[in-house]
Amino acid sequence: MMNRLLRLARAAALIALCASATPGIAQEAKPIRIGFVTFLSGPAAGPFGVPAKLAAEAIVASINAGKAPAPHNTKGFGGAPVELVVIDEAGGATKQVSEFRNLVERSEVDFVIGYISSGDCLAIAPVAEEMKKLTVLFDCGTPRIFEEASYKYVFRTRPHATMDAVGAALYLTEQQKNIKTFAGINQNYAWGQDSWNDFTAAMSVLKPEAKITTSQMPKFGAGQYGAEISALIDSQSDVIHSSLWGGDLEAFMLQAVPRELFKSSRLVLVAGEPYLVRLGTSIPDGTIVGARGTHGVFAPASSLNNWLKEIYKAKAEGAIPTYPAYSAASAILGLKAAYEKAKITKLSASIPMGANKGVKEEMEKAYQVGPSQEEIIAAFEKLTFDSPSGKVRMTLGKGHQAVAGTAYGTTKVVNGAVTVVNIKEYPAERVQPPDGMASPDWIKGGMKPAK
Amino acid sequence: MGQLPAVIVDGILYASWMFVIAVGLTLIYGVMKILNVAHGSLYALGAYTASTAAGYWLSHGHAPMGSYVILLLAALVVGLIAGPLIERGLLRFMYGRDEIVLVLVTYALFLILEDFTKLLFGVDPILVAEPYGLLGNLQMGRLIYPVYSFVLVGAAILVGVALALVLNRTRQGKILRAVIHDREMSTAVGINVSRVYLVTFTIGAMLAALGGALTAPTTSVQPGIGAEVIVLAFAIVVVGGLGSLGGAAVGALLVGLVRSAAVHYQPEVELFSVYVVMALVLIVRPKGLFAAPEVRKI
Repeated sequence: MMNRLLRLARAAALIALCASATPGIAQEAKPIRIGFVTFLSGPAAGPFGVPAKLAAEAIVASINAGKAPAPHNTKGFGGAPVELVVIDEAGGATKQVSEFRNLVERSEVDFVIGYISSGDCLAIAPVAEEMKKLTVLFDCGTPRIFEEASYKYVFRTRPHATMDAVGAALYLTEQQKNIKTFAGINQNYAWGQDSWNDFTAAMSVLKPEAKITTSQMPKFGAGQYGAEISALIDSQSDVIHSSLWGGDLEAFMLQAVPRELFKSSRLVLVAGEPYLVRLGTSIPDGTIVGARGTHGVFAPASSLNNWLKEIYKAKAEGAIPTYPAYSAASAILGLKAAYEKAKITKLSASIPMGANKGVKEEMEKAYQVGPSQEEIIAAFEKLTFDSPSGKVRMTLGKGHQAVAGTAYGTTKVVNGAVTVVNIKEYPAERVQPPDGMASPDWIKGGMKPAK
Repeated sequence: MGQLPAVIVDGILYASWMFVIAVGLTLIYGVMKILNVAHGSLYALGAYTASTAAGYWLSHGHAPMGSYVILLLAALVVGLIAGPLIERGLLRFMYGRDEIVLVLVTYALFLILEDFTKLLFGVDPILVAEPYGLLGNLQMGRLIYPVYSFVLVGAAILVGVALALVLNRTRQGKILRAVIHDREMSTAVGINVSRVYLVTFTIGAMLAALGGALTAPTTSVQPGIGAEVIVLAFAIVVVGGLGSLGGAAVGALLVGLVRSAAVHYQPEVELFSVYVVMALVLIVRPKGLFAAPEVRKI
């Protein structure tokens, strides 16, 4: 009974110590350096890379000041201030591997958060493992990371892309019953191909009678889609699926809308949310849009969501955060939660059971050291944490891959502005396979909800 | 409209777009023997300048039709500034060197200009769509095409005919052809070759910028657009024969039609259809369809 009371008292003291981040201790804490890799140039910079960077910088400034809402209201990471070393993701996988080695060996970062491109994630994961550096993949979508390999040092705090395609198919078939034909226009690289393959597989389960009319796979960055639009019009499909993004999506919409492609075909934009503002009323009414999770307009009302919107607007001259900003937030807050959980565990273990004297001194000594990388990894595995997009659970990939729900909605122009109505959320179990099962097998097997 | 007419129309539209860009590339090579990789950057500069200027024009409530003049002026300004600056400031120090060295020099310039464009215009895509829809649409069976697309066809024909006339019917054209034929002999008979080079490169730069300016309203102007078109433009001039004006036209048409057919009939082969054409042509005619026979100097 006495031991139990002492444990409780110690736990309360530890939580109070971490939450208050005593100034004297916090000032002495060594800054934590995080390499943050995102596109700063190239086509992905504008829609994804730069918003992610702005969000990361705003979040780090806010958490260093201890201004984030609970449960992330401790200063920095468990009292230690955080510094970002921002690197451009442009240049391809080979260059990124060199940049990663530079971050670890020359910049001596404590952790790496980064990567939007699936190709870069696939290249970096084994290198992170080889260099034994805790790396959080924050935005890439390929399911192959943890479905084809197992990693100790690599985590991904956003759900993989299967969710996007399955969620789109579920929403579409619920909203539109009379689908006889569908077509696709997707970029000819990993993201576009995976998205189309998962979508067609999910449609063959949900709507087996629907036929594919044409699958257009223009080159990434093609810019001109005249022939593709003609082929899509000619196909007279009920639905057009597209995972286009960035300038490619904008160019496609710009060329397709005057040609009245969407008069007879309903458009599904898997990654359409960041473009609602930019494209405005060019997006036809009734377009189905997703945000690759419950981000942006789909994010649940919460103090964390309000906080992100507020700090992002201040940083980005009034702009509204889109989904890459939410992905960056999940990665930083996930790592912070793991770090602090590991620190509390370490502090708890630093005091011998039953000790009554020198507890504060022991705690302060342990506080200065901080948790080891191994301890943070142990705390990160199977962690559940709060993010501006809702609860994130690290349950797939032996606790290294996040699952979370997703949402889709339909566009409607109201008073000259595009809004999203008829929003429907899908829990993680309905859009992602259970641990240990590959996405294609799960979809072909009927997409049974994971238990 | 059936599928075949759609293939032909789409192919011609694509060919027109590429011809304006490729013809500048082939002109520079024909006269100066420089395979100008930076041509893609000049295209991008034209597109960025045109979309920024047209956006400014339209956002200040000026007559929308005036935006077409702005697009042309933007191309003119880019060509007149960048062309002489590159030729006088860099390329003239490289003449007489191996063609490979010149390719590397223009590649370095391409990289510099790519970053310069980002510094000047930022990394966000620029969208100025109004000129694209201003002229209305044309219905062709089931398909609708903006009239602007056919304006591009007209512009390509105009550029091609004007260049052919200048080269074949004017004194300046004869001088240019003399330089193409034999630089040393031209110098010997008193032709100011240095000035011919300057004018040629400026016209080539203007054509690249014109391609970008005319494309700007039809697409999202974003970093990397220069790299995309330069590869296609190279494929076209190689198919047609480096330095051949007619070759660029036929090459563009061939590439446009084959790509369009691939998109309509076999979308999965679209990505490499252009390069299949190039490979097949090079197997049969290693110097391209219309390359002039080389005179061996003894």
